[in-house]
Amino acid sequence: MADKIEIKKISDILWEIPKTGSMRVPCRVYATEKMLAKMQEDRTLMQGKNVAFLPGIYKYSLVMPDGHEGYGFPIGGVAALDYENGGISPGGIGYDINCGVRVLRTKLQREDVEPKIKDLMNSIFKYCPAGLGGSNIRVEPKELDNILNKGAKWAVENSYGNEKDLKHSEEDGHMEEADAKEVSSAAKSRGRNQIATLGSGNHFLEVQYVDKIFDKEVAKTYGIKKEGQVLFMIHCGSRGLGHQVCSDYLRLMEHNFPEIVKTLPDRELIYAPAGSDVAKKYFKAMAAAANFAWCNRHVLGHQTRLAFKDVLGIGDNEIETLYDVAHNIAKVEEHKIDGEMKKVFMHRKGATRAFGPGRKEIPSTYREVGQPIIIPGTMGTSSYILAGTKEAMEQTFGSTAHGAGRVMSRHEAIRSFRGEDIVKELGKQGIFVKGASWQGIAEEASGAYKKIEDVIDVSDKAGIGRKVARLLPIGVVKG
Amino acid sequence: MKFKFLPHTADVKFRAYGRTLEEAFINAALAMASVIVEPSKVKAKFAKEISVSSEDEKALLYDFLEQFLILLDSEEFLLSSVKELKIIKKKKGFSLNANIVGDKGVEKYSPEKGIKAVTYQEMEIKKEKNSYMVQVVVDI
Repeated sequence: MADKIEIKKISDILWEIPKTGSMRVPCRVYATEKMLAKMQEDRTLMQGKNVAFLPGIYKYSLVMPDGHEGYGFPIGGVAALDYENGGISPGGIGYDINCGVRVLRTKLQREDVEPKIKDLMNSIFKYCPAGLGGSNIRVEPKELDNILNKGAKWAVENSYGNEKDLKHSEEDGHMEEADAKEVSSAAKSRGRNQIATLGSGNHFLEVQYVDKIFDKEVAKTYGIKKEGQVLFMIHCGSRGLGHQVCSDYLRLMEHNFPEIVKTLPDRELIYAPAGSDVAKKYFKAMAAAANFAWCNRHVLGHQTRLAFKDVLGIGDNEIETLYDVAHNIAKVEEHKIDGEMKKVFMHRKGATRAFGPGRKEIPSTYREVGQPIIIPGTMGTSSYILAGTKEAMEQTFGSTAHGAGRVMSRHEAIRSFRGEDIVKELGKQGIFVKGASWQGIAEEASGAYKKIEDVIDVSDKAGIGRKVARLLPIGVVKG
Repeated sequence: MKFKFLPHTADVKFRAYGRTLEEAFINAALAMASVIVEPSKVKAKFAKEISVSSEDEKALLYDFLEQFLILLDSEEFLLSSVKELKIIKKKKGFSLNANIVGDKGVEKYSPEKGIKAVTYQEMEIKKEKNSYMVQVVVDI
């Protein structure tokens, strides 16, 4: 399909597209030979190469092991652009700003939950609306502005969840830079009825248990004590509000910088130069959308506690947030580059931050072992918790993969699988699935994705995210 | 043929056709709506007007289709049909006006899935002999 791109082997799991033409740096791809072959079938590598055209880019344009074709940047794309001479690109963040994952830990064991799993999932489904329907929580426009400015902090102030949840979240569940004034009224009207809703696509809620612990010490630090322990995972983002913020600013940047558009290999790579008014505004609006997503996952966590309480009689304080990660976001970060600390606009699109031991951004409880990295699997398959590493800081600006990565189109998935069959099959394996639509379930069949194990193994071998624990689902709510 | 879907790894790609650019745009709106709820199943209870202005044809298609996503999320509005659509060439760029009808209420129609965004990825607007083809990828 796409033109064959010249790529040289660095190791069994690392490849490099050399710097040619207008590329400012080479592009490096984390993948096995087999995974690379799949990436060569679509525009993944071309897009990775295109990112290397951006101004102020440091070291490499990076593609994580779950990389696949996206818009502008590939999904799994990572790039550090200089804070003063680079820029910020909505295509390097994605339409679903702060799509991310939160994991809560319980003190329950698998056998405590399994007999009641149907009741529990039905209750979770009621508390956490999935699909395209609206929210149980309606807010006035002024209140929405507070959510955008304060993120999950707004939720705590309004009796959803607690302070400890905030501490165990990237950015403490809110970015200070956010400004609701920079978010358009169209974006706000798209988001107003979507607080604490799951949405559709690949988003899900899962009751899981710890299937295997790879690193006992680190697992213990993360509050994962033994195999069989029940966890709860939330995968969702900023819904229509975030999508509209991305779109609004993409169009505004196109409009304001037509001369830049002309120089780019792809319209969706448009960026606002660092220091420009639009760059400042976009960062504030993006942070506001990120806050909306953190508020969503925080409130969904709270709602889940209510379901556990109703069905299993578990008290609020017995379910704690383990961590919450963003995998579609830009941050202002400092990284050691060629021996010097540099301030950058760190773009992670379908990539998870993987900060190693000692970084001040990691909550104090985890700082010594590196941050928890949460990588959700596909519906009904395993998910992983990894730990951030020193190697990630050196190789990938503290980043690793974010999921399994699709290999089969939605169309093909619908032709290959039936939602009803998948639910039956998973039922036989002891996994109870509840979905907003049959077609949605078929589209998200695990057969449509790369094997999560392959992605995790590359991350672990490369040292950019080390295995801590594998989780398996017993109950799924599919958006 | 009004439109057809093409394979795409992560998202949804379609081509819409028309004798005029206007007709191709109308069919693109129907193609996109059919991803959510088949327009022929949606009652024509509410009328809406869409107006957008954009710098070029692709931007116009992007902005036009996006209006349906805004209407869906903000008002739970689902498209039944496009009654009228006019594209006017201006000094700088284009403007579009459309009259559409549809119904409100997501629960009534149990949609298969949502769409996050319209994209420029692989977007094409082609004039062939006596017809137009537009190609769009939407982010799911």
